[in-house]
Amino acid sequence: MATKQTQVLARTLLSPAVLLLFIWMIVPLALTIYFSLLHYSLLDPGSESFVGLENFRYFLTDPAFLASLQNTLVLVGSVLLLTIGLGIPIALLLDQPVVGRNFVRLMVIAPFFVMPTVSALVWKNLLMHPVSGLFAWIATSLGLTPVDWFTDAPLLAIIFIVAWQWLPFATLILLTALQSLDEEQKEAAEMDGASALSRFIYLTVPHLARPITVVILIETIFLLTVFAEIFVTTGGGPGLQTTNIAFLVYSQALIQFDVGSASAGGLVAVVIANIVAFFLVRIVGRNLEA
Amino acid sequence: MARKVTTANVVVSTAGAWLVGFLIFFPILWMVLTSFKTELEAFATPPSFLFFHWTTENYATVQERSDYLHHALNSIIIAGGSTLIALLIAVPAAWSMAFSPTKRTKDVLLWMLSTKMMPPVGVLVPIYLIYKNVGLLDTRAGLIFILCLGNLPIVIWMLFTYFKEIPKDILEAARMDGATIGRELIYVLTPMAIPGLASTLLLNLILAWNEAFWTLNLSTLEAAPLTTFIASYSSPEGLFWARLSAASTLAIAPILIIGWFSQKQLVRGLTFGAVK
Amino acid sequence: MGQITLQGVQKAFGPVHIIKGADLDIADGSFVVFVGPSGCGKTTLLRLIAGLEDVTDGKILIDGKNVVDVPPAKRGLSMVFQSYALYPHMSVRGNIAFGLKMAGLPKDEINRKVEAAAATLNLTPYLDRKPRELSGGQRQRVAIGRAIVREPKAFLFDEPLSNLDAALRVQMRLEVTRLQKQLATTAIYVTHDQVEAMTMADKIVVLNAGKIEQYGSPIELYQRPANLFVAGFIGSPKMNFITGDVAGQHNAATIGVRPEHFSIDGGGQGWSGKVMVAEHLGSDTFLYVDAGPIGTLTARCEGEKGVKAGDQITLVPDPNRIYRFDANGNAIFA
Repeated sequence: MATKQTQVLARTLLSPAVLLLFIWMIVPLALTIYFSLLHYSLLDPGSESFVGLENFRYFLTDPAFLASLQNTLVLVGSVLLLTIGLGIPIALLLDQPVVGRNFVRLMVIAPFFVMPTVSALVWKNLLMHPVSGLFAWIATSLGLTPVDWFTDAPLLAIIFIVAWQWLPFATLILLTALQSLDEEQKEAAEMDGASALSRFIYLTVPHLARPITVVILIETIFLLTVFAEIFVTTGGGPGLQTTNIAFLVYSQALIQFDVGSASAGGLVAVVIANIVAFFLVRIVGRNLEA
Repeated sequence: MARKVTTANVVVSTAGAWLVGFLIFFPILWMVLTSFKTELEAFATPPSFLFFHWTTENYATVQERSDYLHHALNSIIIAGGSTLIALLIAVPAAWSMAFSPTKRTKDVLLWMLSTKMMPPVGVLVPIYLIYKNVGLLDTRAGLIFILCLGNLPIVIWMLFTYFKEIPKDILEAARMDGATIGRELIYVLTPMAIPGLASTLLLNLILAWNEAFWTLNLSTLEAAPLTTFIASYSSPEGLFWARLSAASTLAIAPILIIGWFSQKQLVRGLTFGAVK
Repeated sequence: MGQITLQGVQKAFGPVHIIKGADLDIADGSFVVFVGPSGCGKTTLLRLIAGLEDVTDGKILIDGKNVVDVPPAKRGLSMVFQSYALYPHMSVRGNIAFGLKMAGLPKDEINRKVEAAAATLNLTPYLDRKPRELSGGQRQRVAIGRAIVREPKAFLFDEPLSNLDAALRVQMRLEVTRLQKQLATTAIYVTHDQVEAMTMADKIVVLNAGKIEQYGSPIELYQRPANLFVAGFIGSPKMNFITGDVAGQHNAATIGVRPEHFSIDGGGQGWSGKVMVAEHLGSDTFLYVDAGPIGTLTARCEGEKGVKAGDQITLVPDPNRIYRFDANGNAIFA
C-alpha cells in the first residue's frame, strides 16, 4: 500500500532530526537546571553542594542582575523602537518607484550580513573613536565636542550598533509585506474615493500590523541574547553599564567560574525567551494552517 | 501604487532612497576604504575620503600572516560542515513532514522552531563543561556539532516550505508512471527541489559563518573561525585599524555577495513563514 | 485486457465517509464517465482505482485480480491529471519516456514508442521543449502522450479538459474519444460537465454524495432516469419538477418535464404564465416562465421564436414525456 508504506518510511526519516533536537534541548537544559541547584565553582572543584533555590535567590537579588535586567530591557526596547521606527518609513520609501531600486535595496540589506564582531569593531574604532573616529571628526567640524561613546554612553553605543545590524531585517520584512498588499484592494479603495492618506491609514497600516508583530517577536528573541557586540567592545563595562543578562551569565560562568549562579541566570534568560516564543509560535502556527 | 507616477515622485523617491541607502551602507564602505589606507592614514584626522595613498599592503600583511588563512579555512570548514550535515539530516525530515503529514506534523514543526528560540546563554554552562571534559573545546568538530544543531530548525523549516511548494500531483504522476519511492525522489523530487535546496544552503551558510556566540565561547585559536579572529582585534594591542579593515573586508566579502542573492530566503527562513 | 470491477468499495477520511459503498463492472475497452456535482466522490473513486488512496473497505479487481494492496506503480494504469502534472525539469520527450524508463525498456524501444506517441498527438515538433514553453492544449497532449505510451490496461482521466478554453475543450473532446476508440483501451473519465459525459461515454456513472445513483448508457440515463437526482442532473437546461396537486393528478409525488419537451404553439393541456426572460440563441430559444403556483418553468424551443419578456404563454408538455417520481424520489416506470 503506497500510502501506508510512505507513512512508515516517513516516520523513520523524521526520527534523526527529532532525536537530535530533543537531546539538544533536553540534556543541556536538564544539566543547567541541575547545576542551578548546586553551589558549584570551577575555582573550587569538588566542593559542590546542593543549595536548592539559593542561587536563584542570590541571582535575582544581586544588584548586578537587576542592572543587567534593566540593560537588557533598555537594549531590546530601544533597538525595537529604532529598527521598526526607521524600518517602516524606509520600507515605504523603497516601495516607491525608485530608479535603481534593487541596488538601493542591497545597500540597505548589507549590514545584516556583516558578522557581529566586524560590525562592532568598525563602529567602535572607525566611527565612534573619540579622537580618530569619523563621528569625532564630524563633531569637531561642527564645533561640538566629540562624544566619547564607550565611556559616556556605552549602552547607547551598543544600541546603535545592534540597531544598525537589525534595521535591514525589519525593513526587508516590512517591505515584503508592503509589496504583498493586494494591488486590487488599493484600486478598489481609490475607486471608492479614498485619498492617499486614507488608503495608508485604513489599508496599509492594518496590513502591516501582523508583520510588525512578527518583527517585534523575532527581534526580541534574538536581541535578548546580544553577546558578541558587548564582548568585543566593552566587556560589559564600564562597570555594569553594558552588561545584559546574556553577558552577565557569561561573565559568571567563564570569568568568575561560578557555575551554579550562572546556571540560575541562564534559566532566567530561558524563561523570559520562552514567554516571547510562546506568542511567536502561536502566530507561526496560525499561518501554517493557512 | 497609483498609476499617476509623476516625475517629481520618481525624483524625490530616488533621491531619498539613495541617500538612505548610502547612509546605511556607509560604515561598510568606510571600512573598505580604510583597508586601502596605511595605518597612519587610517588614524589621521581629518580623515581622507578618497584622496589618499591607496595601498594594498594591509591585504598583503593579512595574507602573509598565515593566521588569517587558517581562520578563514576554519570558517569555511565550520560553516560548510555544519550546514551540509544539517542538510543531510533535514532533507529526509522535511520530506516526511511535507509529503506524509500526520496530525502531529504541525506540532513537531513548531516544536523544532521553538528550539531555535532558546537563548544559547541558557545552556552555555553545561555545553562548555561537557566540551571541556570531553576535549571538544577549541575543536572544529565541536563547533560544527553545535552550529549544526543551532541551525537545524531553520534548515528543516525552509526545506519544508520548499517541498510543500512542489505540486503533489507531479509526484503522483511519477508513481503512476511506475516509479518506486526511491526513484521518485531521485528523478523527480530532487531536481525540482534543487533551487530550494540551494537557497537553504546559502542562507544557512551565512548564518553559520556569522555566528558569534558559540564561536566566541568555544574556540580560542586552533579552531577559531573568522568571528573569533576578528574579535582578537578588540584588545588594545590589536589596534591596527587598516589591517583590521582589510581582515574584516576579506571576512565579510563572500558573505555579502552570497547575501545579496539570498534576500528572499532571508524572509522565508527567519520569519518562519509568519510573513509572506 | 482492462476489465475493472469494484465490489463494496468504501472510503472514509477519518469520520468523513466519502464513498459509501460502490459496486461497478466496467467492461474492457469501454469509455466510462464518472459524473456528479462537486464533492460527490468521483475523483476519490478514480484515485482509489489508481491506487493513490487506500480503500477503507471493499475490493478493486483488475482483470479479476484484487489490487487493493498493490501500489499504483504496479497496477498497470495510466492517469491524466487535471493540472497535467508534467515534470517541469524534463523535456516533452523526457516526460513521455519516463514511464518506459521506469519499466526498464531498452533505449531504442523507448525512443520508438515515444516518437510514435508524439506523432499520434501531433507533438513531434515539440519533443525537445520544456513544459513551460508549451500552451495549455499542448501540455494536455503531452499528458495524454505520457499515458498512452505505456499501453496500460486502462486510462484514468481526472477532469483533463477543465483548464482549457471552451473552443479547445470541444476539439480535445473529439480527439480523446477518437484516440480511445482507436486504441480500444478501457478509459475511466471524471468530469462535472454532463455535456462531456453525454457526448464521450459508452456508459455513465452518476455519483451523488458517495453513492452511485445510476450506471447506464447516456441515452438510458436520459430516457429512463432512475431517480430525481439523475433526472435533474442529466440534460441541460435542467428538467422541470412539479410537486403538489398537479403531480397528484399523474399519480406521483413529483412529475418532471424536460424543457425540450414543451411546445408553445400547439394546443392542449398546459401551464400558463408570463415570460420572465427570453434567451435567443438563433438555433434555440430558451424561455423562463413564471407559471404562478407551479413555480418557474424552463422551456426550450427550436429555432427563433419571436417571444419576449412579459409575453403571456402556455407551455404544453408532451404527454408521453412526463416523468413520474414517488415520494422517495425514485422513478415510477409505467
